[in-house]
Amino acid sequence: MLNIEKTKVDQHIILTLDGEVDASNSVELDMAIQQLLADRVSKILIDGSSLEYISSAGLGVFMSYLEDFEKTGVRFVIYGLNTKVKNVFHILGLDQLLAIKDSEQGALEVLYEE
Amino acid sequence: MRNELKLYCEKSNLSELRHFLSNVLLDTQLSEISTNQIILAVEEVCANLIIHSHACNPRDSIHLNVSKDKHKIIFEIKDSGKAFNILEYQVPQLSQVIKERKKGGVGIILVKKIMDIIEFESTANQNICRLTKCLNSK
Repeated sequence: MLNIEKTKVDQHIILTLDGEVDASNSVELDMAIQQLLADRVSKILIDGSSLEYISSAGLGVFMSYLEDFEKTGVRFVIYGLNTKVKNVFHILGLDQLLAIKDSEQGALEVLYEE
Repeated sequence: MRNELKLYCEKSNLSELRHFLSNVLLDTQLSEISTNQIILAVEEVCANLIIHSHACNPRDSIHLNVSKDKHKIIFEIKDSGKAFNILEYQVPQLSQVIKERKKGGVGIILVKKIMDIIEFESTANQNICRLTKCLNSK
């Protein structure tokens, strides 16, 4: 079960992920990010503090947008992951490719860095 | 404790698989991180079979059997779909997956990094994938 909530704050959008991302629902996450890009949102925060589980299907969604973020200058930061979910990003080395911060404050600093 | 699960080939059943695995792993001394890794690896193999070998056909099923002793846990996954030989599968480079904007392909990398022994056998009507996790290992 996955619930995705979208909140606009200042110049950024926060996607709050609540639940578990697996092959059955990763398309929901994909569509949510795709919509933000279609809306030309340039600062995206992922609040992962209520994310209980992620499989390769969810990681694949994030990975598939890395090139687009790079090319279009979109800033994308994930924060609040619990230790087991963070570990899954680490196994693949995605913590080196994605901006992952412990706190919202840390994430905001990266998002609004000059 | 029940250590067998018949899983019908629908992606929505993956949460049932995780629930089953959590219960099976309850009495091990594994950390929360290791437990999650093992659940993830078994799910990746099952998700792969459900999607690629059985095209999410809910009439098909795969069978999981778990056996444990002091030193290791063995997950035996049997199915009769199109054989997917995990040992022969060439895992893609992460950089390639990113460049091609692929959304899949990294699940088997996770399985290979997490499990200690991976075996695969295929006969005319059955495929068996056996994943072994040694306790107190990586």
